[in-house]
Amino acid sequence: MSFSLFGLQVLNGVEQGLLLFLVASGLTLVFGVLGVLNFAHGSFYMLGAYLAFWISAGTGSLLAAVLIGIPVMASLGFLVERLAIARLYKRDHLSQVLLTYGLVLLFNELQRALFGNDVHGVDAPRLLAFRIPLGSAQEWPAYRVFTAAACIAVAALMRQVILKTRFGMRVRAGASNAEMVEALGIDVRKLFSALFSAGTALAALAGMLAAPLTTVYPGMGENVLVLSFVVVVIGGIGSIKGAFFGAMLVGLSDTFGKVLLPGLASAMVYAVMAAVLLVRPRGLAG
Amino acid sequence: MKLLELIDLHTFYGESHVLHGVSLSVNAGETVTLMGRNGMGKTTTIRSALGLTPPRSGEVRVRGTTVTRWPAHRIAREGIALVPEGRGIFPTLTARENLLVSARPGRWTIDRVLRLFPRLGERLDHLGAQLSGGEQQMLSIARALLTNPSLIVLDGATEGLAPLVRQEIWSAVRQLRGEGTAALIVDKEVRALLEIGDRHLIMVKGRIVFSGTAGDWRARSEENLALLRA
Ligand SMILES: Nc1ncnc2c1ncn2[C@@H]1O[C@H](COP(=O)(O)OP(=O)(O)OP(=O)(O)O)[C@@H](O)[C@H]1O
Ligand SMILES: [Mg+2]
Repeated sequence: MSFSLFGLQVLNGVEQGLLLFLVASGLTLVFGVLGVLNFAHGSFYMLGAYLAFWISAGTGSLLAAVLIGIPVMASLGFLVERLAIARLYKRDHLSQVLLTYGLVLLFNELQRALFGNDVHGVDAPRLLAFRIPLGSAQEWPAYRVFTAAACIAVAALMRQVILKTRFGMRVRAGASNAEMVEALGIDVRKLFSALFSAGTALAALAGMLAAPLTTVYPGMGENVLVLSFVVVVIGGIGSIKGAFFGAMLVGLSDTFGKVLLPGLASAMVYAVMAAVLLVRPRGLAG
Repeated sequence: MKLLELIDLHTFYGESHVLHGVSLSVNAGETVTLMGRNGMGKTTTIRSALGLTPPRSGEVRVRGTTVTRWPAHRIAREGIALVPEGRGIFPTLTARENLLVSARPGRWTIDRVLRLFPRLGERLDHLGAQLSGGEQQMLSIARALLTNPSLIVLDGATEGLAPLVRQEIWSAVRQLRGEGTAALIVDKEVRALLEIGDRHLIMVKGRIVFSGTAGDWRARSEENLALLRA
């Protein structure tokens, strides 16, 4: 592997990791704070991608798709939390898996009914339809640079919100003792709704940003869900920081796995997970 | 005026019937103490009042409004703040964040609670988990005060703390009393309670069996001590 090819793979791995982080951060918070194992989280990514396809096909603009899609998906997240997830807070993990898996099937049917089984391409914004040379032999599409930068900006914003705002404080407090938060006069139900809705919007945003890179296809949510669970386990349940580094590791090992051991890429991801858990059984942040 | 009133509460954990008709009240500005051996239902009484373990029957009123089946955060917003058993400090938040997380505007500000507990001032940037038991208790009281309540409920004001720290806590509680903040205090230190409270209650197996002033209490101190002896 030439040096510039190696560099390109590192960039691709980091970028995949960043997108994965947007998905996994919501998954880990919902698991860590709300105590719910949400299998439907990948569906939000998938629906985000389909919305990006659908709205940008209609308007010719991915930006419009993001601006319309985010509030739509945040509202969907709010509804799903109120109507379904809220019933699971006091239930065991098996009920959670059953109900949220039911949601996966529901969303998959919805996707099939609305968009069929075809694979759809989504155009990157025309402004970003150029390539940046990388060394002598390689080049990086500008849209990928943009995606990585957007993810970093979102991650930085999340960090600020979690560390510096009252909402963030309450989320962190709720992760260790939700009843105490409630007893201090804070509506934990609303806090949880808001958190779930934000997590949904983040997963959908990742799907929208990824749409021009990966194309849009049935089942795309399941792949991301599995990788996101690996990220959550590697990072330590409920830890955003852990999810960030976990996502980088998974993004890089998945990308390099595909280049070095085609066909065994997922084995590479699980090997990394096993290695991390051997050294740190509760994950990077545990 | 009755700030908090519990009327004939019956509370269950699953099938187990823990409170058998508990009635009590705390008037504005008043300090009421609740005594009783382990497992008699003091914490359950508090949890019932605050909506954390709602009673199966009976009524909870705050300033005359029935709040019995309100969610706990709404009852808290009526001006009741809890310092729970075990202190309830958020371990992954700094001391400062523990104070800010639920603070509401009013007479109590960060500066004022730090004057009440100067020791917390040096620990503001430490995580809750890194504080000593005494510091955690001070933080828990300070956090409750920053919600600017009209009633503070202390479940185990000084339990598990060293004598010097206890004195610090009691002196802070006395200051609150001077401020006119009402308090409902659970503790095992009977002498301190008798000195600090306006009225005293003794609970045995989910029932209030004594209610009276410190004078009334002392008039039957033999019987009362027997009720409290382990
Ligand atoms: N979560 C629970 N589930 C079942 N039973 C409980 C629960 N909490 C308390 N109990 C029982 O209810 C009774 C009253 O307990 P409670 O905690 O109210 O007592 P307490 O007076 O606060 O005791 P202590 O002085 O030890 O704090 C006890 O018999 C206890 O075992
Ligand atoms: Mg108790």
